Amino acid sequence: MKTLEKRIRECNDEGKKAFVPYMMAGDGGLGKLKEKLLFLQEAGVTAIEIGIPFSDPVADGEAIQQAGARALADGVTLRNVLEELERCKGEVTVPLVVMTYLNPVLAFGVPQFVEACKQAGINGLIIPDLPLEESVPLRNELRETDIAWIPLVSLTSPDERIARIAESAEGFLYAVTVNGITGARNDFREDIYSHLQRVKRICTVPVLAGFGISTPTQVREMGNHTDGVIVGSAIVEAFHRDELEKIRELVKASVVKVEIVN
Amino acid sequence: MAVEMRKGRYGKFGGQYVPETLMSALIELENAYGEAKADLKFKEELDYYLRDFVGRENPLYFAERLTEKVGGAKIFLKREDLNHTGAHKINNSLGQALLAMRMGKRKIVAETGAGQHGVATATACALFGLECVVFMGKEDIRRQELNVFRMELLGAKVVSVDKGSGTLKDAVNEALRYWVANVEDTHYILGSALGPHPFPEIVRDFQRVIGVETRRQIVEKEGRLPDAVVACIGGGSNAIGMFHPFVEDVGVALYGVEAAGSGVETGLHAAAIADGKEGVLHGAYMYVLQDDDGFIQEAHSISAGLDYPAVGPEHCHLHDIGRVKYEAVTDAGALEGLQLLSRTEGIIPALESAHAIQFAVDLANRMGKDQIVVVCLSGRGDKDMQTVRDVLGGGVE
Ligand SMILES: Cc1ncc(COP(=O)(O)O)c(C=O)c1O
Repeated sequence: MKTLEKRIRECNDEGKKAFVPYMMAGDGGLGKLKEKLLFLQEAGVTAIEIGIPFSDPVADGEAIQQAGARALADGVTLRNVLEELERCKGEVTVPLVVMTYLNPVLAFGVPQFVEACKQAGINGLIIPDLPLEESVPLRNELRETDIAWIPLVSLTSPDERIARIAESAEGFLYAVTVNGITGARNDFREDIYSHLQRVKRICTVPVLAGFGISTPTQVREMGNHTDGVIVGSAIVEAFHRDELEKIRELVKASVVKVEIVN
Repeated sequence: MAVEMRKGRYGKFGGQYVPETLMSALIELENAYGEAKADLKFKEELDYYLRDFVGRENPLYFAERLTEKVGGAKIFLKREDLNHTGAHKINNSLGQALLAMRMGKRKIVAETGAGQHGVATATACALFGLECVVFMGKEDIRRQELNVFRMELLGAKVVSVDKGSGTLKDAVNEALRYWVANVEDTHYILGSALGPHPFPEIVRDFQRVIGVETRRQIVEKEGRLPDAVVACIGGGSNAIGMFHPFVEDVGVALYGVEAAGSGVETGLHAAAIADGKEGVLHGAYMYVLQDDDGFIQEAHSISAGLDYPAVGPEHCHLHDIGRVKYEAVTDAGALEGLQLLSRTEGIIPALESAHAIQFAVDLANRMGKDQIVVVCLSGRGDKDMQTVRDVLGGGVE
């Protein structure tokens, strides 16, 4: 079992849900990356998803697009993020997950990229435009490493497909909670909880829900039906506006045990 | 030799690099297209609309005065400009609209660069009573204002995209985002031989009619196949439709013409085969204009329809195996070709097609008088009059 999955299970065993914030690397300057990671670590997150800016982020909504554009304007790249993360080793002990679109990885070179991730102590990898069918070469490179392959399942994935994707999952399975791009939502589909429960039944690794989750209430509710949540746009915006208390509240929502009322 | 026969691959190019939410829609599309292809009724229906609505078949026209002026090979023009809506794009839009209805989808999203694909798709949607949303870059809206009005008259909703350079690439990004959010009842009519499998194959098959007619027509007129076939390349749909029926004919030289913008050496161009590197954009592995970090670069061309930083996967493969030669013509060259054809033949070509014309003129000039060059005249120039006048200053002497 890779480190990332172990940590999530330990967290669940303590009666807590996993909380994985997404942040845009280099938004506000690459020099601030370590400080932000340490802040999240102290706030008690389970792992941190680090987004790499990209010129054409088709899976992302406004908040993350704009954060990415700010980072790109600052010269942030996959390469210099990994170099910066390597410098954070030792102090940052919470597992780190890199989320990047595929093309920067291809430009880096897949074996070289995996090697750089190892050097930087990365524990997981999410590539939103690399579905099951196309992911084999990259997954082969990850096999002997402690880097978990984290695939996504969507509301449109049929059960047998969810099963095949779940089989490829390490660390956790990322259950996308909306048809659409990242960004805060007020409402989710009525059948969202039964969908998440179905994914959980099919999948043996932990299941984390993500996309659109942006309030402490949503964190609690989604957490009730999964092993944890990923919060992206809300964290990105809060960092951008320097509203750190908001981030602490979101993290806290995953720690407080809730009574499930039927 | 072990040929890689993975689904949706052209050699190493193509594939399906999309978010998981779209995978089911792509699989559904692949199945629906497989069934449609095997259904004679589907073919009959499409043929009916191509004939009675689009006006096919269109002529293969011998450009006699142009040939004389150039003084080399005989030049023939495949008149896609005479299609209803003024370009080859309608061949694909009609086919995909019929396919969407087979899948029970009555909402359509599309991207457009020059506006030709948007107009063609809005037209097909009006014809069949489908809802239509078209994403178009802000810069392209400026360049092709009248096409925006045409789409709106046809009942489509046009959404301006001001991200990036506000051109075709950015419009595709937004169309993809919209499709992800509305995938359950919406079909994406992609306008070129691009995107994830099965789009490059579907678009090619619907555009193949260009090459199939041309092959028959040239044999009727000249009793033989041409020595060379030329087409411009944006994403590559008119070119692949023209080339595909000739690929096995080794005696027919095939030339794809990319947009060299201000010149390939200036970096301000859209010539992805000339200057791109392998990579993934909009769901497919292709030659893509990008920097060393894998960020996609903006394309530059006077013609909105060629202003795209990649070339469809099948072209990338045809380049790799050497079957098609890819050349590039600058903005200035295209303007020259446009004026030349206008004056010698009374045909004002689209700026996109003018790239192919200009290259074909050079090529024909180097060839013998007994040889034959066919050019795909992919569209008419009406939409470009504003742009051309801005550059030529209304002072065509
Ligand atoms: C007239 C015309 N020709 C060519 C193109 C380029 O597209 P493709 O390479 O797919 O044929 C366009 C695109 O808008 C067009 O309008």
